[in-house]
This record gives sequence, C-alpha cells and structure tokens, in this order.
Amino acid sequence: MMILDADRLSITFGGVRALDGVSIAIESGQVFSIIGPNGSGKTTLFNLVSGIYTPNDGSIRFAGEIVTGLPPDQLARRGLSRTFQNLQIFSRMSVLENAMVGRHRHERTGVLADLLHLPSVARQNEATREAAHKALARVGLGDAGERPAGSLAYGALKRLEMARALASDPKLLLLDEPAAGCNPVETQEIDGVIRSIVKDGITIVLVEHDMRLVMNISDRVHVLANGRTLTEGTPEQVRSNTAVIQAYLGVHGSKEAVRAFD
Amino acid sequence: MRTLLETRLMPAIVVAVIVITLPLFFPSAYYYRIGALVFIFALAVVGLNLLMGFAGQVSLGHAGFLGIGAYSVAIGPIHFGAPSWLCLFAGAILSGAVAFLVGRPILRLKGHYLAVATLGLGLLVAIVLTNEAGWTGGPDGMSVPRLVLFDWSLRGADTWYWIAGTTFVGGFVLALNLMGSPTGRALQAIHDSEIAALVLGIDVARKKLTIFIISAMYASVAGSYLALFNGYITPDAAGFLRSIELVAMVVLGGMGSIVGSLVGAAVLVVLPQALTIFHEYEQALLGLIIMVFMIFLRRGIVPSIAAAFAGRRK
Amino acid sequence: MAELLQFISSGLTVGAIYALVALGFTLIYKSSDIINFAQGEFVMLGGMTTVFVALAGVPLPLAALIAIIVTTAIGFALHRLAIEPARGASPVALIMITIGASIFLRGVAQIVFDRRFHSLPPLFGADPIQFGGAAILPQSLVVLASATAIVTLLWLFIDRTLLGKAVLATAANRLAARLIGIDTRRIVDFSFAVSAAIGAIAGILITPIALTSYDVGTLLALKGFAAAMLGGIGSALGAVIGGLLIGMIEAFAAGYFSSNYKDAVAFLIILVVLVSIPQGLFGRAKVERV
Repeated sequence: MMILDADRLSITFGGVRALDGVSIAIESGQVFSIIGPNGSGKTTLFNLVSGIYTPNDGSIRFAGEIVTGLPPDQLARRGLSRTFQNLQIFSRMSVLENAMVGRHRHERTGVLADLLHLPSVARQNEATREAAHKALARVGLGDAGERPAGSLAYGALKRLEMARALASDPKLLLLDEPAAGCNPVETQEIDGVIRSIVKDGITIVLVEHDMRLVMNISDRVHVLANGRTLTEGTPEQVRSNTAVIQAYLGVHGSKEAVRAFD
Repeated sequence: MRTLLETRLMPAIVVAVIVITLPLFFPSAYYYRIGALVFIFALAVVGLNLLMGFAGQVSLGHAGFLGIGAYSVAIGPIHFGAPSWLCLFAGAILSGAVAFLVGRPILRLKGHYLAVATLGLGLLVAIVLTNEAGWTGGPDGMSVPRLVLFDWSLRGADTWYWIAGTTFVGGFVLALNLMGSPTGRALQAIHDSEIAALVLGIDVARKKLTIFIISAMYASVAGSYLALFNGYITPDAAGFLRSIELVAMVVLGGMGSIVGSLVGAAVLVVLPQALTIFHEYEQALLGLIIMVFMIFLRRGIVPSIAAAFAGRRK
Repeated sequence: MAELLQFISSGLTVGAIYALVALGFTLIYKSSDIINFAQGEFVMLGGMTTVFVALAGVPLPLAALIAIIVTTAIGFALHRLAIEPARGASPVALIMITIGASIFLRGVAQIVFDRRFHSLPPLFGADPIQFGGAAILPQSLVVLASATAIVTLLWLFIDRTLLGKAVLATAANRLAARLIGIDTRRIVDFSFAVSAAIGAIAGILITPIALTSYDVGTLLALKGFAAAMLGGIGSALGAVIGGLLIGMIEAFAAGYFSSNYKDAVAFLIILVVLVSIPQGLFGRAKVERV
C-alpha cells in the first residue's frame, strides 16, 4: 500500500525554484531515503511533506487521502510525525515530559477538566506517562526520564526527538538527518533504533548525508539534485550510478567518490 | 497516590498557610488593606504569568482586562441595576470574549510585534473608558457600589483580605492544575518550540488563544475585586502604566514561577506604600527596578533564590 | 475648503514630529533590532531642558543647543548603561528595558523639572499666516522645513559618507559588518545618539505649538512607533511617510469624527497594520525558513 504519494511537487522561494516537479511514492513499511548534495532540495521536500510549506504545484496523498496544504498539526493527527535536523527539543522540560508531549494527539481531556484536575486528568496523565516511558525505552533512554532535556548529550538528544515522535504512534516517521553531527558510535545507535521502529511496521523516510547509514538501512533511495529528481532505486543501483556520483563531487572527483560510496 | 497529591499541591498549601497566618503579624488593621491589594494583584499576575512565563507569549496591555472587570461591577449595578456578583461574572465573560476576538488575529504575531499589538489593545480600552463619560464617568472615574451577598454588605479591609486571599489561593490551585495537565504540557511545548509542538499535533493557535482568554479572565476578576474593594474606579486602572506594572510584577517574581507572582505583586504593591513622602520618586523607582531586573536578574526573585539554593547544595 | 486646509496643515505639522520620532525608532532598529520606547522621552527632554535652561537665564539658542547635547548624551548613556549590558536578551526583554528607561526618565523629569505645561517662543512670531481661508502658524512651517532638512541630511549622510555606509552594513548583517572590521558597538552608540538628537530637535520645534510637559513622551513614542510600523519598520522613507499619514489621519479624525478619540487613531492603526500587513507599507515581508 502506498502510504505516501507525492506527485510533481514544485515550490518557488522569492524567484528560486527550490523544487521542480519531484514525485515520490513510498510503500508502507519501507525505509525510504532521500539524498542529494547541499542545496538539492531535500529539506524543502521534507518540509513540504510535513506540511510546513505548501507547494505551488503538485499534490500529496497520505494513506490514500489528499493532504496537500494541510498544516503540520493536522498531518500529525493523521499519523505523520517528524524530527528536526537542528533539534527542536523542549529544553525547559524533562526528558520524560518531552516524550509525554509526543502523546498529545491521543490525549482526550479538555481545558476545563485540566483546570479543575478532574479524575480523568489524573488517569490521562498516568496513561501518557506510561506510553512516554515505553517510547523512551525503545530508543534507549528509559532511565533518563527525570533529567532535564537540556542535559543530554547530542546523540541522546537525537534519540529523544525520535522517542517523542514515536510516542505519537505515527504511521509514517520523517527523520531529518538523524545522524548529523553524530560520531560512529552514536550513528550505530541510531541505526539500531531505526531498525527496531521499522519492525513495528512504521514507515520511515530519511534525509541523510551519512552514506553508510543510508546504504545499510534503506529499501529505496531517491536522489535529488538542483531541485529535481536525479534517479531512484535500491541502494546498490544508486551507489553505482555515475550521474549520482558526479552530482555530488563533479566529474573530476568521481574516482574518489566511488571510494566514498563504499 | 496520596504523596503525589501532596507534592503537586504543596505550593498552594504553603501559600494558603501564608494567607491564613499573615494577619497574626499585622501591627494594625491598615495592613489588611495592603494584604488585600497584594492578593488582588497577585491574582492578575498569576494569569499573566501563565501567558508570559509559561506559554511564552507577551501582553503589554493586560490592564485593559483589569479595567473591563473593574468597570463591569461599576456600570452594571449603576446603569442596569444588576447585582454586583453577577456583574463580576459578566465582566469575566466579557473579558474572555474580547480576548477571543482580538486574540485570534494578534496571537499569530511573535516577539515585539505581539508586544506592541497587545500594547495597542490595552491603550484602546483605556481610551474608551476615559472617553465614554456617560457610561464610565470619564477621566474622573465613577463610584462602585459595594458587593452585597445574602444581605451582607462586603466592605472593610479585613473582609476583603479574606476574599482576595481565598480567591488567590483558588486561582493558584487552578494554575498548578493547568501546569500539570496535557494542556499545560502543550503550552510549555509551544513556549520552547512552536514548530515541534505543531508537528506533534498541537493546535498551537487554539492553545495560545485559550491561555490568552484564561489570563484575561484572571485579570478581569482581579479588576472587579479592586473596584469593589475601593468603592471607586478610574480609567488609570486600565492604563499603560498599570499594564507595565503587571509585567514588572511577573518579571520581578520570576517568569513561569506561580509563587513568584505573589512575590512580584507584594514588592510593587508595598513599594508606593513604603515610599510615602517620597511618592514622587515612585515612577523613577519603578523604571529603575524594571531596568535593573531585566538587565541583571532576568530570571526573577524566586527562580534566582531557588537556583542559589540548588547551587549551594552541591 | 478652508477646513480641509486647516486639517492638512495641522496634520502635517504634528505628522512631521511623528515622522522624526519614527525616524529615530527606525535608525535604532535598523542598527540593533531594538525597539526603543524611550524615543518619546528624547522629544520631551529636548523641549523641557530648553525651557528650564532658558528659565535659568541662558539665551534661548544656547539653551536649545545645551538641551540637544544633554539629550544626545542621555541617548548614548541609555545604550551603554541599559542596552549593552543586556545584549543577547530576548526582544521582549529589550523592549521592557526601554520601557523601564522611559518610565525612569519620565520619573526623573517630574522631579528635576516639574509637572506643569511649558512653552517656548516661536521662531518667527505667533501671528498665523492666512492661506486659502486657513490659519497656518509660522512655527508649523518651521517644523516642516526642519523635518525636511533633517531627513535630507540623514539621507545624504547614510548615502554619501563612509560612516553612513557602515550604519547600513550593520543594519543589513551585524556579524558580517563586524567581520569586515566595523565596530558595531560604536555604530549603535551613534544611532542612539543621533536618534536622541533628532528627538530633541523635534521637541524644541514643536513646543511653541503643542507645549511640553514631563509626560508628553509616552504618547509620542507610541504614535511614532505606530508611524514606523505603518511605514514598515526598518524603512526610513516609510517612517517619514507613516508619520505624516498618521498626523493627517489624526487631524481628520479629530475634525470630522471626534477629538476625544484622536489618540485612538494611532493605536487602531498599529493593530490593523500588524494584523493585515505586518511589514508595513514599505517594509519587506520576512520569510521564515525552518
């Protein structure tokens, strides 16, 4: 089943055509990676799919429903979640509270009940706390709950964002450069977390620069360059595609590039 | 289960104890008046703190809602013959309605744009109150009939000390409840990262509006109390200086610290009383306090003390 | 027709003052991203200081010069003592600091000066000039001419001198300006000082018409700010046009509608502008990139 179907997306920013007629189709349960050199439009595509931008042209279907132009919170309520490359942690809250916020779309108490702290609120808090704990445990942060979110190491913060997104029980999870700035150990942890998420049936879309991670973990890889689709295929197909190598490093750097892609 | 309840409401219990035991230390009946005023303003400050310190928004015109509440219990009884307690509720509803109408468009703004928009709103309220002399008595204000409940006329500083104190504790509890709830977490999330809150399914616009309305209603009740207590009200209650004082109280006590609301209110209510013959220095001193705190002690009194203790423990 | 001319004349006059206040706002905002609420107090200080120094026996032109110098020094001090130490604070915190400064200056003014209204003698006499049925004060023309001169001088300075270019550079990108060796702190010092001077001059010029007292600053700051917002905060041309527009709309509102609600005009404009076109008439809309 196609969980995400984006058809000929285009968007222009002040005269610059950031994305031009890009289409992607993602099957449920896949790990789908989007790669490309800097400025190729990966983040723009991400922001379009997650509702932060609205495309000038093209349409997006999520789980069969047309969702083009819907804002991020409405997409979240339909089961689409994402993390951020530059980390948008709730630094004033604890690790557990961050994950609890992830649970928001499943919480059912209204403002009045919250103000009066009716029994339903206490029950809701309990349920949310449990679900948040589970999400933290999945990313290996089960013991860190009470710590202030700002005190975590960088790699742990990346995993916290993932836990927070997981707590919302998404069908589709967009990961925005989860390994950026991570050392090899942290990247390995991320790799493991992604694999376990996929096992639970959640579809993953990845924007990433770390080629080893991309090649190890992806079912399909979509390559962007200059706002357009260069090619798409399995990791093996993409890694040996000379056009891809040239897009990253130019014609002369190709020999070095082949090595980089190994 | 029991211990959880105790921990959660502990600050409220502490404050309730303060309210109850404070009169034991009053050298004279005059202090009931100061206490009543402190709790009245502290109530407004709690609401504003929820908006500013907790949800990360800003309102430089909050005295406008104070004014709406104050004039409701003046205009209602005098021009419509309605009982004061009903007008108090009506004022709160009216403030909420104004907050709803104006909040929708202006809460889209951020930072200094939002600050100035709320500033403009507060000023407009003050101007209307000053100009519509037929209803409001104009710049000289109007007298406010005393609150009468069950044939019992509520007047006197000591009566109002208990009314204001109890209401403040009630408002305090509601605020604590809110903070430990799904709505409270959503608001804190919005403060830290609106975009992350959005992608987690939080209807940011709606939550901001909700807290804006709640904080407006807090201010309105406080304004009604002020009018009923003093027996008189002037448009200054809704003015720019009053709005800035409210923000100063939030900042002084500590942004996001509900207990700090009481501290901030206490400092700025007691200050003019303490200055007596030097009262012409009041404005200069207020300005100086605001500057010093915003430059050096931005966290506010209560969080700074808490941080100092936490540091010493290490 | 005569009525119309009257409104236009008084509207442009007071509008010129709003324009100068707005210009001061814009200059400071452009070089430091700060909204300086004490701007109105500079106007107050210009007028009040001149009055009181003159009352002490100093000849008027010298008194005016002293007032301008004192106010400029206060503007500089405001930056160094109140703004600089708080560098890095949130925009709202900085606004609160300038509001605190404005309240402080007003509080000190009422102690050092007094709480009464004061006037200054107009430059060319008080006899109104008859023009098409309207009575126009010579001082109005002085105000308009001076405002034009100041705006022109400022524009020439920004456009033709190296220091002016440095101001532009700081406004465009602070970090980049520092990287090429511009001392941005001095630039901001300069913009505070110049804004204070402009404000003081405006205060001295308008006092013969509108009087002055210790608390004229607040309303002026708010209206000047409305003008800057209307024109597009960050645009000097916008500030001037915004000021003139608000002055005119106020005059017409007072004349044809209700003089009580004259002051509400500026605040209504602030709300309407912020809600519909936050970037103002001449500003550029900010595109938020995630």
